[in-house]
Amino acid sequence: MLRVFYSVLARDILLALRRRTDVLTTLFFFIIVISLFPLGVGSEREQLQALGPGVVWVAALLASMLALERLFAADYDDGTLEQLLLTGQPLALLVLAKVLAHWLLTGLPLVLIAPLVAMQYHLEATAVWVMMAALAVGTPVLSLIGAIGAALTLGLRGGGILLSLLILPLYVPVLVYGAGAVTVSAIEIADTEPYFHLLGAFLLGALVLAPLAAAAALRISLE
Amino acid sequence: MTINWFKFASPAAFYPIAGRLIPWFGGVAAALVLIALYWGFFETADRLGGSNPQKEYYRIIFVHVPTAWMSMWLYLVLAGWSAIGLVFNTRLSFMMAKAVAPTGAIFTFLALWTGALWGRPSWGTYWDWDPRLTSELLLFFLYIGYIALHSAIDDMRRADRAAALLAIVGLVMVPVIYLSINCPDPNQCAALHQRSDPGSIHPSILIPMLTMTLGLWSYSFAAVFARLRNIILSRESDNAWVRDVVAKEAV
Repeated sequence: MLRVFYSVLARDILLALRRRTDVLTTLFFFIIVISLFPLGVGSEREQLQALGPGVVWVAALLASMLALERLFAADYDDGTLEQLLLTGQPLALLVLAKVLAHWLLTGLPLVLIAPLVAMQYHLEATAVWVMMAALAVGTPVLSLIGAIGAALTLGLRGGGILLSLLILPLYVPVLVYGAGAVTVSAIEIADTEPYFHLLGAFLLGALVLAPLAAAAALRISLE
Repeated sequence: MTINWFKFASPAAFYPIAGRLIPWFGGVAAALVLIALYWGFFETADRLGGSNPQKEYYRIIFVHVPTAWMSMWLYLVLAGWSAIGLVFNTRLSFMMAKAVAPTGAIFTFLALWTGALWGRPSWGTYWDWDPRLTSELLLFFLYIGYIALHSAIDDMRRADRAAALLAIVGLVMVPVIYLSINCPDPNQCAALHQRSDPGSIHPSILIPMLTMTLGLWSYSFAAVFARLRNIILSRESDNAWVRDVVAKEAV
């Protein structure tokens, strides 16, 4: 069973690395959205420090959502997805492998680029570390929840807009605690630990439930 | 005696019953809403609260609270019929879920709207990022998402099942969303929690509020059944009994 997991994972990563621009587009979308905010709201230092955590998280939400469309679309178009359904292997496991590959290619780069965008918002060094850690725990949850939406809207007209309508309300808890952790880290006496406990709880819950729901959604979309 | 629970799960069997029930529920709804409105406007105190009383404008709670309750209850109904439909694969359950969604969305919108009208005189603002307001707004988005997904899929079977799954996923998320907005800072959860206890409300206010809730509930039955009948007719239009019904009613 693990062999299937690894082979799907390796295949998806290999395919994505052959088309590197797809990965880079998501990353640059993230950077552009973040760079636009100071131009719109003004570039005073205090204001940017206050806005920074929220803006980075909203940008991460949008970037991960835009990338979701590609999670199943290519495999759906060329029929690979149907073959995966017919393999007899647990579909939830295959979905999990695809989501993991997707996160490694679109979520992880956002985590690694975070210090750079934090500089644009004059965030302190501690806040940068907290932000990277929060993004590292939070973005997999976004990919996992998003997979359900991507599976439900597979092959529909106007899928992208519809996907955002379905998925963005469900992203709210991650946004609240992810941005909250970074904001709180600026206050000396405050403790960021509870935020990470809750983000971790979301991650574990999503790891268990989201692949099952996404697998059920794929079966509905492909029957 | 054994009861055949699935007898009325057939659209053909349920269609005439729904038709006969609509006037009853509609009548009860009109009566209860009128009683509740009269009571709320003329038989209750002119002001509410102690040192900083709310004046006449508090009366909007007789509409606001029942619509908010109904908006949440109808989402449970929607998710419940969706789950029944996915488990038992009954056509009527999906139609029921689809018929409930617009009514639920309307109640959610009304709760938000009346809440804004109440917030203006009492808080000095139409909108605040209060936990309850925000989660009600997200509930509205969930209803809209359900309706949008259903209407985006042309294949009825897939539309029913996909939207049903979305409703259930949303149901799991609702408490998480509510708690996460209600308590954005885990360090001080207790301080932010708002108290809401039916026992602490004065009976002269609670009773019209509950009457209004029952009235709106009754209205929901009538509206949902009316919508359900239309859905049944359009989806079962290939069947002979539908042609008979349409031929009879067209005269």
